[in-house]
Amino acid sequence: MTTQTILPVDAEHLSELSQRSGEPGWLKESRLKALELAASLTLPRLEKTKLDRWNLNTYGTYKASQAFTALNEAPASIAALIKDQEAGSLIIQRNSEVVYTRLAPELAEQGVIFTDLQTAVKKHGDLVRRYLHKAVQPDEHSIAALHAALWSGGVFLYVPKNVIVSTPIQAVLLTDDAEAVFVPHILIVAEANSSVTYVDNYVSDKTEAGLHNGAVEVFVGAGAKVQFASVHQLGEDTTDVTYRRAVVENDGMIDWIVGEMNYGNTASDTKSVLKGNGSSSNAKVIAVGSGAQKLNYTTQAQHFGRNTPSNMITRAVMRDSATSIINGITKIEKGATRADGQQTEKVLMLSPKARGDANPILLIDEDDVTAGHAASVGQVNPEQVYYLMSRGISKHDAETLVIYGFLAPVVSQIPLEGLRKQLQSLVERKLGQ
Amino acid sequence: MAAEFIIEGLKASIEGKEILKGINLQMKGGEVHAIMGPNGTGKSTLASALMGHPKYEVTEGTATLEGENLLEMAVDERARAGLFLAMQYPSEISGVTNSDFLRSAINSRREEGSEISLIRFIRQMEAKMKELDMNPEFLHRYLNEGFSGGEKKRNEILQMMMLDPKIVILDEIDSGLDIDALKIVAEGVNSMRSEGRGFLVITHYQRLLNYVTPDFVHVMMQGRIVKSGGPELAQRLEADGYEWIKEELGIEDETVGQEA
Ligand SMILES: Nc1ncnc2c1ncn2[C@@H]1O[C@H](COP(=O)(O)OP(=O)(O)O)[C@@H](O)[C@H]1O
Ligand SMILES: [Mg+2]
Repeated sequence: MTTQTILPVDAEHLSELSQRSGEPGWLKESRLKALELAASLTLPRLEKTKLDRWNLNTYGTYKASQAFTALNEAPASIAALIKDQEAGSLIIQRNSEVVYTRLAPELAEQGVIFTDLQTAVKKHGDLVRRYLHKAVQPDEHSIAALHAALWSGGVFLYVPKNVIVSTPIQAVLLTDDAEAVFVPHILIVAEANSSVTYVDNYVSDKTEAGLHNGAVEVFVGAGAKVQFASVHQLGEDTTDVTYRRAVVENDGMIDWIVGEMNYGNTASDTKSVLKGNGSSSNAKVIAVGSGAQKLNYTTQAQHFGRNTPSNMITRAVMRDSATSIINGITKIEKGATRADGQQTEKVLMLSPKARGDANPILLIDEDDVTAGHAASVGQVNPEQVYYLMSRGISKHDAETLVIYGFLAPVVSQIPLEGLRKQLQSLVERKLGQ
Repeated sequence: MAAEFIIEGLKASIEGKEILKGINLQMKGGEVHAIMGPNGTGKSTLASALMGHPKYEVTEGTATLEGENLLEMAVDERARAGLFLAMQYPSEISGVTNSDFLRSAINSRREEGSEISLIRFIRQMEAKMKELDMNPEFLHRYLNEGFSGGEKKRNEILQMMMLDPKIVILDEIDSGLDIDALKIVAEGVNSMRSEGRGFLVITHYQRLLNYVTPDFVHVMMQGRIVKSGGPELAQRLEADGYEWIKEELGIEDETVGQEA
């Protein structure tokens, strides 16, 4: 039995919206086609997760947001994240629209483009069209299709050939109006031998039910290096479904750093397609589940190129009655000789009601490769707590040390100090109550 | 005041099986007592029961330090009361650095607001590590993770030195140490000998006792102390082994659970 996709908008309205915001015809067509697809496609099939029981219909409608020119006009809910960013490169999306955009002038001079995606489709139409929806494709499932039909706001980051961007580019995406659609699309294109770090934060400030249907597409050119860091800290009532994909050309590198710190149900899929020879991928996911959260985290590496190393690490701590399904999929295609795919998924359970499940999968169609996986689901080791207590440390502090210690080997490798500290404090907030 | 440590009628079991069959022992500050005995005779069980390992259940007896019964305290309270156990098999704890761990341990003994300063802590730690010939990088390594057997033992002694306990139990601190490392560890122990501190040195070799001279020697078999004496007892055991004691006492199998 298939469940009929409930369309949050009809074709006529979608077409009118597109027209009104002055979008090029090809985009309007693309949205309408995606909407049509959505009606016929089913939800993505996730391991041991019944998405059809999730609240995936509260899209809301497109609503305009008041733009602001100075950061001190930003809502208090994101103040801490944008502190001292006056001179930085920053985009802020609030609900359906981007409300603040700043690109450091020295980067603009070098040809870097950093603007909301709605503006980019008008100003840099050909460029955007070449990449948009090519990594996360609308025909994959109904969520991807609805994303392609409904996205608004969004980020377009383009780094020209040989340009090295040394300070992180930042985006903050805020949902604080339950009636407004929150479907941002992040598109990053790094041309050959360029280098860039992008960091974003997803924040909510509302108590009504809501949905974030997000897609991230990263195109890493030959010899380019992209570091992509994302922290999701959406509240209990916001359901988060996010697809992240990178396509990496010869000798390119993608680094994923993902902090899954939401309070609501979350499904995320972070995948690197190692298309070029010598391309590589490194993914680190840190997660804390609390309350009655249902969580499904997937990391994937698909190897086409020869000599392609990939490494994926997920560490998750589950408390209360949180449930997490953690999947790692390493796929090595025929011809990807000397590929090396490694993955580790570890879950630490803090309560007898918490559930954790780690599913490492290796799919290998080539002989001349190396691959490995490790997965574990466990509780705080009483021997370790005893050892720490035997030195005078209280039970509570001993357990805390062990739990933070579980995440530390991954957190400590995060190359951005600010992000590392932010993640640390989010972990403390989620574990500390 | 010199620490006085008295164990009386201590019985303990694991998974319902009685291992310690009534241990009596008295120690004063400044004294070094050695507990010797073949493998499987209950030596580590004694150490673990005193420290409060969750797997060991104390069924009878008391262990008082300066008049307070340790056995009624939680593990961390025993430690803060002055008990220290250098474990035979120390745990490895990933993600917790040696220095974060030890600083927490020191601060657990201090009032909130009067925690040890980082500078002072590092200086103390580095000085002690030098005494133990430990590479300073061990400060930043995860606790015991990937340490060799000998490095773990040194790390136990380092903790003892930093925490300044009143009663120190060393469980097979000499196992896995080469002779140079043994000397360093023994020097570390000797440097901590003082009027206010007592040592209970568990070993099944006499070797360590050449460097840390005991005042009293006790032999454990079948979960009991079956013989006590002075340092000469350790020498006799070194020369003649344990057989003569078994013959003297009519014991056939010295391990726990084998008595008729
Ligand atoms: N964790 C355990 N589980 C089950 N039995 C144990 C355990 N630890 C010790 N024992 C029992 O207690 C006896 C004494 O062990 P132990 O105290 O380690 O001896 P020693 O330190 O003298 O070698 C063992 O022979 C074994 O029968
Ligand atoms: Mg032992």
